[in-house]
Amino acid sequence: MSLHGVLTVLVVAAVTALIRFSPFLLFPPGRPMPAYIAYLGRVLPYASIGMLVVYCLRAVNLQPLGAALPDVIAVALTVISYRKLCNSLLSIILGTACYMLLIRVMV
Amino acid sequence: MQTQTKAAFVKTLPVIASYLVLGFGFGVLMVSRGYPFFWAPLTSLMVYAGSMQYVLVDLLTGGVGLLSTAMMTLLINARHLFYGISMLEKYQHAGRKKPYLIFSLTDETYSLLCGQDPPEVVDRYKYYFDVSSFGHFYWVLGSLIGALAGVALPWDFRGVEFSMTALFVVVFTEQWMTARDRLPAVIGLGSSLVCLLLFGPQQFILPAMGMILLLLTALRGYTMAGEAKT
Repeated sequence: MSLHGVLTVLVVAAVTALIRFSPFLLFPPGRPMPAYIAYLGRVLPYASIGMLVVYCLRAVNLQPLGAALPDVIAVALTVISYRKLCNSLLSIILGTACYMLLIRVMV
Repeated sequence: MQTQTKAAFVKTLPVIASYLVLGFGFGVLMVSRGYPFFWAPLTSLMVYAGSMQYVLVDLLTGGVGLLSTAMMTLLINARHLFYGISMLEKYQHAGRKKPYLIFSLTDETYSLLCGQDPPEVVDRYKYYFDVSSFGHFYWVLGSLIGALAGVALPWDFRGVEFSMTALFVVVFTEQWMTARDRLPAVIGLGSSLVCLLLFGPQQFILPAMGMILLLLTALRGYTMAGEAKT
């Protein structure tokens, strides 16, 4: 792995740890949390997952339109199977297997 | 095994499958991008944040700058801030075990420990430590098995990266079905789509984060979460 790769892993590890430790450093017992921060904590998880879905699909090829079919079908299968069965792992495995199959037979 | 260690193990049974399977996917993904097999378990050991590690594989291959990496981590893992806040009192007197308990506060650990302790528990900090480290162990083990499988098995794992998309699509669907208010999810999805069209796939993430924060702040009074008093 390149130096940049090692640094990337270390930055992610450090920022993740910083996030986990900061409440214990910033808000010792008895010190209230600002309402704005509390609000962001409630809404950011929803907004950031929406962003991540777009992030994952950012490189999907729309020219020609048919090239996007494996992604469209696999995402649809993931959503529908989750709505029917409410089993996250099963839907992740189904969607991934479907995608791996489709890119082999369709493209 | 001590009774309370056994209680800790039993407590972690529901997360074994998800940690092993998602860890496996992460391991396969890492070696499929050409990284030596030990990087997957090593990353899992040091970072221990499920979804972020999938994004990390992408950041590695894309040659993304360190500042963007830090911003991305901040936004994706921001929710962990609130796990910490709700565990402030519980972990207050954990002593030497406290740093590890805080480090290992993932979505799963939080969901396992935020409730009542089982009756077998005599030393609560030892119990928290056991639950946290069992989860960590499954996650590292899953990554190692995935990485070794990716190296050893002569299969073509092309397309396995879709497991990241599927993971986030599932979380999004789950939140969509259970959220009291869908506006934050719509803001996240909508801002990102708009910025993707405006800035293109390489550049859109930072503007999207800015737009999300701006809209969430501006629309604070309109979201149910904004009205709720903490």
